[in-house]
Amino acid sequence: MMVRIFTVCVFVMLAQSSFAASGDLPGYHIDVDTSDTSSLQRGARIFVNYCMGCHSAAYMRYNRLGKDLGITDEVLKSNFMFGTDKIGDTMDIAMKPSDAANFFAGIAPPDLSVIARSRGADWLYAYFMTFYSDPARPFGVNNLQFKDVAMPHVLWELQGTQKPVYKTVTHKGGTEVEVIDGLEQTTPGKLPEGYDEYKRVVYDLVNFLVYLSEPAKFQRQKIGIWVILYLLGFLVLAYLLKKEYWKDIH
Amino acid sequence: MNTAIKLLTALVEWIDARFPLLKWWNEHLAKYYAPKNFNFWYFFGSLALVVLVIQIVTGIWLTMNYKPSAEYAFASVEYIMRDVEWGWWMRYMHSTGSSAFFIVIYLHMFRALLYGSFKKPRELLWITGMFIYLTLMAEAFFGYLLPWGQMSYWGAQVIISLFGAIPVIGEHLALWIRGDYVISDVTLNRFFALHVVAFPLVLLGLVFVHIIALHEVGSNNPDGVDIKKFKDTDGVPLDGIPFHPYYTVKDIVGVTVFLILFSLVVFYAPELGGYFLEHANFIPADPLKTPEHIAPVWYFTPFYAILRAVPSQFGGVVAMGLATILFFFLPWLDRSPVKSIRYRGWKYKTALTAFVISFLALGWLGLQAATPLYTWLARLFSVVYFAFFFLMPFYTSTDNDKPVPDRVRYP
Repeated sequence: MMVRIFTVCVFVMLAQSSFAASGDLPGYHIDVDTSDTSSLQRGARIFVNYCMGCHSAAYMRYNRLGKDLGITDEVLKSNFMFGTDKIGDTMDIAMKPSDAANFFAGIAPPDLSVIARSRGADWLYAYFMTFYSDPARPFGVNNLQFKDVAMPHVLWELQGTQKPVYKTVTHKGGTEVEVIDGLEQTTPGKLPEGYDEYKRVVYDLVNFLVYLSEPAKFQRQKIGIWVILYLLGFLVLAYLLKKEYWKDIH
Repeated sequence: MNTAIKLLTALVEWIDARFPLLKWWNEHLAKYYAPKNFNFWYFFGSLALVVLVIQIVTGIWLTMNYKPSAEYAFASVEYIMRDVEWGWWMRYMHSTGSSAFFIVIYLHMFRALLYGSFKKPRELLWITGMFIYLTLMAEAFFGYLLPWGQMSYWGAQVIISLFGAIPVIGEHLALWIRGDYVISDVTLNRFFALHVVAFPLVLLGLVFVHIIALHEVGSNNPDGVDIKKFKDTDGVPLDGIPFHPYYTVKDIVGVTVFLILFSLVVFYAPELGGYFLEHANFIPADPLKTPEHIAPVWYFTPFYAILRAVPSQFGGVVAMGLATILFFFLPWLDRSPVKSIRYRGWKYKTALTAFVISFLALGWLGLQAATPLYTWLARLFSVVYFAFFFLMPFYTSTDNDKPVPDRVRYP
C-alpha cells in the first residue's frame, strides 16, 4: 500500500512539465534530430558563417566536428575554418570579449558551446524566427522571444524583415493596451522559397546548436542500449541464483 | 583442484593467525543473522553503499581532469564532457549519482519510519544515520558549487548568506565560510577541498560506525519483532538467516534493478528534465548577473520551501534547521510500544501519510517561484510537517495499536 502511494506521488511530481528554459514563446516548437548528419552539416555552415563573427564555441574542437559530422579535414579547413586555426583547435574567435562588449551596448556576445542546454531548442527556434523592426533599438530590431536583445538580426538577409501587428487588449480596470499580436513580412529575404526555406535554415541551425551543446549524446545513446541489455540478462541470472538459494527458506 | 584448495586454506589460516579475517567474515556476513522477512524497503541500505562507491570512484576520475579555479572550472567540466575519453560517462554517473544517493537515502529513512527502526534499542543506529544524512547534505552542497554554473554560484550565495541571518556573529560567520565578501575563487578552492577530501572521509567513518552499530543490535524487520527472543539450541535466531549468502544474493538482484534504472537516466535522460542537472547551470557563473529564479536541486527543496514559508529570515533559518534536527529526536518522541506500521493504530498511519504528502508537496513548492498562493500552501504543509514531530508523543501514546505476534510472518 505504502509502495503504491509513494509511486503515485513520484509520478505526479515527474508528470509536472519540466521547468525548462523559462518563458518559451507559445507556438514555436521544434523536434530536433541530431542523427540527421546533413542537416547538422548545413547548420554548421550557417554557424561558422553567421554566428562565429562574434560568438565563439570555445569548448568545441574543429576535428571533433569533422569526425562526428563526417566532414574531411580538407573541407573543414577550406569551408569551416578561417585564419591560422589548426584542425585540433577549439572554435575560438579573434574578437576579444572586452572589445565585443564595446560594440554591443556593454554586453559581450556569450560563448555558444552549451547555449542549447541552457535555453532549450524551442527557445532558440522562437528566437531566430521572431526578430522584427523596431527603430527604437540600436540595431533597428527587437525580438519577441528575447525582449530588447542587444544582438542585430544577422540572418536578416535570409529572412527579410518583419514588422509587428498590434491588437488592443482591455485590462480588468478598463485600461486599453496595445500588444503585439503577431509578425508580418515587410520585405522578402534572398532565399528563393522564402519563409518556408528560412524555417528550414533555422531548423538546421538549431539542430546544430543542440548537437554542439553535447557531442557525446551520439555515443551515450548508442552505448546505453547495450549496457541495459547486459544488465537485463544479468538480472535473469541474479534472480535465478536468488531463487535457488532461497528455496530452502520457509 | 585439491592442491589449490589446500593452498588457499593454508593462506587463510596464515592470515587468520595475524588478522581477524574469519572472525570479521563470520560476524558481519556468514554468521550475521538477519530476519528472513525483509521486503522491498530493505534494499535501500545496500543500495546506499553501492551509490557511495559509484560516487567515490567516478569522483576520483573527475578529479583527474577538473580544475578548481573560477577561471577554468566551467571550461574543465566541458573539457571532461567532450575531450576526455569516457569523461561524459564519469560526469553523468556522478551527477545522477548525487540525486540517486538522496532518493535511496530518503527511501531508507522512510523505511525506518514505516517499521519503527529508530526505536529502542536502535537509537544510536538512527542517530549515526542522521549524521550521515547531514554530512551528505553538506557534501552535496559543496559539490554543487564545483561546475561553477549560474545555479552553482547563486545557490551557494543564497545558502551561505543564510548564515548571515544569525544575530551578532552571522555576517562574520558567512565571511569566514566564503573566505571573501562574495563567492569567489577562494570559496571554490576550499569547497573543492571539503568536497573531495574532508567530507568523504567523515562520510566513510560514519558509514563504518553505522554498520558496526547495526550489527551490534541486529536488523529490525517489517513486523518489528525481536528475532533474538526465540533461538535454537545453537543460539541462532529461529527467524534469522545468515546475511551471506541469502541477503547477498538477494541484494545483487536489487542492485541490478537499481543499475538498470540508473543507466536509463545516465544514458537517456542525464538532465532528467532539469531536475538532476539544472538548465541554468549551463551558463557560466556570473557574479554581476543574478538569475531570475534561484532554486536549489530537488533534494533540498522541502527545506528551502520551509525557509521561504517563514516571514522573517532568521525565523526561516531556525525553522529549516529544526526541520532537519527534529529527526534526531524520533526515538524519544515516539511513545508507542509497537514498532511496525503493520500493528500501529490509525493515528500513526494518518500522521505518517500526512507527513509524506507534506514532504513531497514542500519539495515541489521549493522548486517553484514564490507566489502568494504557493507561500500559503508552503505554510500549511510546514505546519503539517512540524505537527508530525511535535504531536507525536500524544498520538503515539493514545493510538489503538494492535497486538504484535511473537514470530515474524513469512512469507
